[in-house]
Amino acid sequence: MAPDSKISKIQELIYEISVGQVMKKNVVTVGPQTPMSQLRAILLEKRISGTPVVEEDKLVGIISLEDFIRWLADREHDCPISEKMSGNVRTLYADEPLTQAVNKFERFGFGRFPVIDRKNNKLLGIVTKGDIIEGLLKKLEIDYHQEEDVYRHRVTHFFEDILADKVVLLFQYDVVGHDFKRAGEGASRLKATLRRLGLDPQVIRRVAIATYEAEMNVIIYADGGKIRVRVEPMEIFIKVEDSGPGIPDVEKVLQPGYSTAPEWVRELGFGAGMGLNNILKCASKMDLRSVVGKGTQLYIRVSIEDGAKSETD
Amino acid sequence: MKLTELVQKLNLGVRSAKGSLERRITGGYASDLLSDVLAHSKEGDLWITLQIHHNIVAVASMKDLAGIVLVNGREPEQETIEKAETENIVIMVSELPTFELAGRLYGLGVRGMK
Repeated sequence: MAPDSKISKIQELIYEISVGQVMKKNVVTVGPQTPMSQLRAILLEKRISGTPVVEEDKLVGIISLEDFIRWLADREHDCPISEKMSGNVRTLYADEPLTQAVNKFERFGFGRFPVIDRKNNKLLGIVTKGDIIEGLLKKLEIDYHQEEDVYRHRVTHFFEDILADKVVLLFQYDVVGHDFKRAGEGASRLKATLRRLGLDPQVIRRVAIATYEAEMNVIIYADGGKIRVRVEPMEIFIKVEDSGPGIPDVEKVLQPGYSTAPEWVRELGFGAGMGLNNILKCASKMDLRSVVGKGTQLYIRVSIEDGAKSETD
Repeated sequence: MKLTELVQKLNLGVRSAKGSLERRITGGYASDLLSDVLAHSKEGDLWITLQIHHNIVAVASMKDLAGIVLVNGREPEQETIEKAETENIVIMVSELPTFELAGRLYGLGVRGMK
């Protein structure tokens, strides 16, 4: 991760993460009728420098160590906390993004803000600057590990690093016919491989969808076949070949909604007669050749240039 | 909206990839035909279906969907859960039928079209 991308990541996160996600729940609270003389023990025991004052789940004030010291210094008689607390408390809503919290910390200079529910003003937690930093670090760590995982496999600028006049990568995946348990495995593995090569996500998705549909056709209709993928810097070729029954009328199977799938296959949500249309949509070019009794060959070409466009638009 | 919020608001059961519930959903799609989902769903969509076999995981993974909700109280097959764990796809379950669930999602601001 480049240094500047890390900065923008934090900027992104303070808009993404809500106060509720970083706040401390299970807040120690006191009631307004609690005597001031008991405050010291509460603050000491819980190692806190202030606490919200709550009456029937509603936040009515906040009392801090400074309030307590002031009360001690004035040598006043014991009284309920409600007389010495600051009412009219500045709060944060749990669903506000962290950026709001950061602003308020800066504006008011407080050490903590009670966090309340926007709907019913119930006290949900308390948030300090430390909680925000902790929350951001945790989130960054999670994201960092996720990225690292991809990085470990990814061969960045793979093609640029290879010194040759022409670079071609070939992958082959075997497809077992009628094996719904392993259906889509080839396409899934191809997708993971292309991701490791660092190709554009949109290109990968197109290739994966086209391959998945072709793989399903082999599984539904043929006894088995092979997926061969040829990756070049600007183009990806996919050839799916089976030794199945063949297609009597190639024109007809290209019509949307036309299907010869048996009922049990349809019940699984396959065989809706859309597979080849999906492939057409994802491919820059597609060619279907079939000989009845011998098998079917499907050629799919996805150019990197076309691939960058969305397949659903 | 994040998956965690949906789980809470719609009382969904989570069956896989609990670690990915922080993901944000950007839309919704409801269909039981896998090819239809491949063709028309969009990255980040929440997918509502009654299919429970493991190919739904492959479809969600291909399209980078945010998650799958199974309706009518249907539970995913064991294989489906295992595959979803390896592919990191969130599968949730709801007692509601598709129409009702889609309606509630719409009410929460989830849209099927931009």
